[in-house]
Amino acid sequence: MTTTMHRLLATAERPAWAERPRASTQGAKSGGIAVILALILLPLYMIVLTSLSTQAAINAAGGMVIWPHGLSLGAYRDVVSGGVVSRALLISLGVTAVGTAFSMFVTILAAYGMSRAGSFGHRTILWIMMTTMFFNGGIIPLFLVVSALGGYDQYWALIAPSAVSVFNIIVMRAFFANTAKDLIESARIDGASDWRILWRIVLPTSKAVTAVIALFYAVGYWNSWFNIMLFMPSDSAKWPLQMVLYDYLTQNSEMVNSAASGFQSAAPTLALQMAVVTITIIPVLLVYPLVQKHFTKGVLLGAIKG
Amino acid sequence: MTRAAATGVAGTATPVGTLAVGAIGVAGTRPRWRVRLRRDRALLVMCVPALVLLGVFGYAPMLGLVMAFQDYDLYDGILHSPWVGLANFQQLFTDPGFLHAFWNTLMLFSVQLVLFFPVPIALAILLDSLMSRRIRTFVQAVVTLPHFFSFVLVVTIFNQVFGGAGALDTFLRSHGVTSPFDFMTDPGTFKFLVTSQLIWKEAGWSMIVYLAALAAISSELHEAAAVDGAGYWRRLVHITLPGLKGITVLLLILNLGYALTFGFEQMLIQLTAVGPGAAQVITTFSFENGIVAGNYSYGAAAGLFLGATSVILILGANKVAHLFGEDGLYRK
Repeated sequence: MTTTMHRLLATAERPAWAERPRASTQGAKSGGIAVILALILLPLYMIVLTSLSTQAAINAAGGMVIWPHGLSLGAYRDVVSGGVVSRALLISLGVTAVGTAFSMFVTILAAYGMSRAGSFGHRTILWIMMTTMFFNGGIIPLFLVVSALGGYDQYWALIAPSAVSVFNIIVMRAFFANTAKDLIESARIDGASDWRILWRIVLPTSKAVTAVIALFYAVGYWNSWFNIMLFMPSDSAKWPLQMVLYDYLTQNSEMVNSAASGFQSAAPTLALQMAVVTITIIPVLLVYPLVQKHFTKGVLLGAIKG
Repeated sequence: MTRAAATGVAGTATPVGTLAVGAIGVAGTRPRWRVRLRRDRALLVMCVPALVLLGVFGYAPMLGLVMAFQDYDLYDGILHSPWVGLANFQQLFTDPGFLHAFWNTLMLFSVQLVLFFPVPIALAILLDSLMSRRIRTFVQAVVTLPHFFSFVLVVTIFNQVFGGAGALDTFLRSHGVTSPFDFMTDPGTFKFLVTSQLIWKEAGWSMIVYLAALAAISSELHEAAAVDGAGYWRRLVHITLPGLKGITVLLLILNLGYALTFGFEQMLIQLTAVGPGAAQVITTFSFENGIVAGNYSYGAAAGLFLGATSVILILGANKVAHLFGEDGLYRK
């Protein structure tokens, strides 16, 4: 890998004034990059490989598998055949889908509602919203409010308290404020309502920013763990995937011990655990290229800086 | 907030322009603000869902913080629980558990700041020096990926590599080391574990800002210096690093604003494995006392202390950023 990279590095578009780096510098650079890539990709590779390994392969490796021998889909068959994990997977997908739709609904409306220069009270509303970015009541009063509303052990408690990101509203608002200004103005003169303008003009011209913000919400819902810890810590039948993963993580030593003392399930315990980890990663990998595409497009650069 | 509202109303006279002025000219007798309210009704309605959510889950808990001055009881509620003045805070500042959590917060944050902060800068410079676009895009895609993993996932991955039955442990055992060091549960090295997890997860993401700053440095500067005989390292010291100074100072300052709320999930996930001696921070202290132990007022007092000091830190950090001529979290 290093040699191919070395060649590619050497033959790239170097400006005429820049000196050709010495072979030692080039080698160190390729080496450094190879190490960085390995630090991130190697653990992921081992996890996926172990999830696909047979008990014999795991035993031979003494744990995590690095060289593939003895592959099996047993762990995945077990995981999706209606146990804890397949239920958690469905719950996670459901919470993510409903949550993202709800968040987008609220965010788009608020962002457009505050986007017009000079509209009534939009600065006041913006300040009311932004205050919550600087100060909040903290965990305990939030817990008591949600409990008082009957949210304990309810799925809506995993969505509603974190449904609005003021930050996302501000990013989107900034975008809406600059989109299709003339078109909006003439539509208003023609008597189109703001609902119609939002639906017919603003949203169709802001597909990219809408998609990116939706993806960010979706990743947030998919990854959220503390909400579950706070609002449904004990009802394991309702747990989304992250909480099942956390449970596996903190029970890890016990599970390994029971596996070592002769307990055998259909698939190896370690492979099952790694299958859960892999299933948690997959949706992120699926949407990642879509988000990645927009990193450099300014939308997010401004966002990160703020 | 009142001042902002006033400028909001006053500032509108100019940008609205002909439309509003025309409407007023016709209506004549009605007050201006009522005309504008009528005109912008739909826009205001659109803000309602977000305002309701923020009211219930943002402002109501803020009001609920008064329980920090009460001996809150679940059955009496905020309205009927007895008031105890500053008793909870007095207890807090003499509680060795809290003081230890406070110390841990500062210590973990400092170690993280010193060790993490330079990594994205170095990474950006390394990546920027790659000439091939394809490799650069690929490396960037790989290093930013872990940002999108949850901390539960990141800790699990670290556990599979460094933990008691992880890959490193297995490797060392099979090469004759009888009882390898367990990096995942050792309280002494926990600060380095936390930092390495942060680097693994966030260094690539933080790098993007620096990459943008590097791209903004004019290549003519580099060219002129190169023509004058400055080598790569000289250009790095005299052109590249000065070009990154502004954004570095800004991010450093903004980072300080979050010193006390730093790493809540990360600590909570590993609290049982490492123990409170090393992993208890103010946020987890508040959670453990308030929710887990059910001592709501005491936990809320810790939370209020945290929130108040964080606001001061964040506003102070932004003030300093403005002094440096940068925008900060909000514009001046």
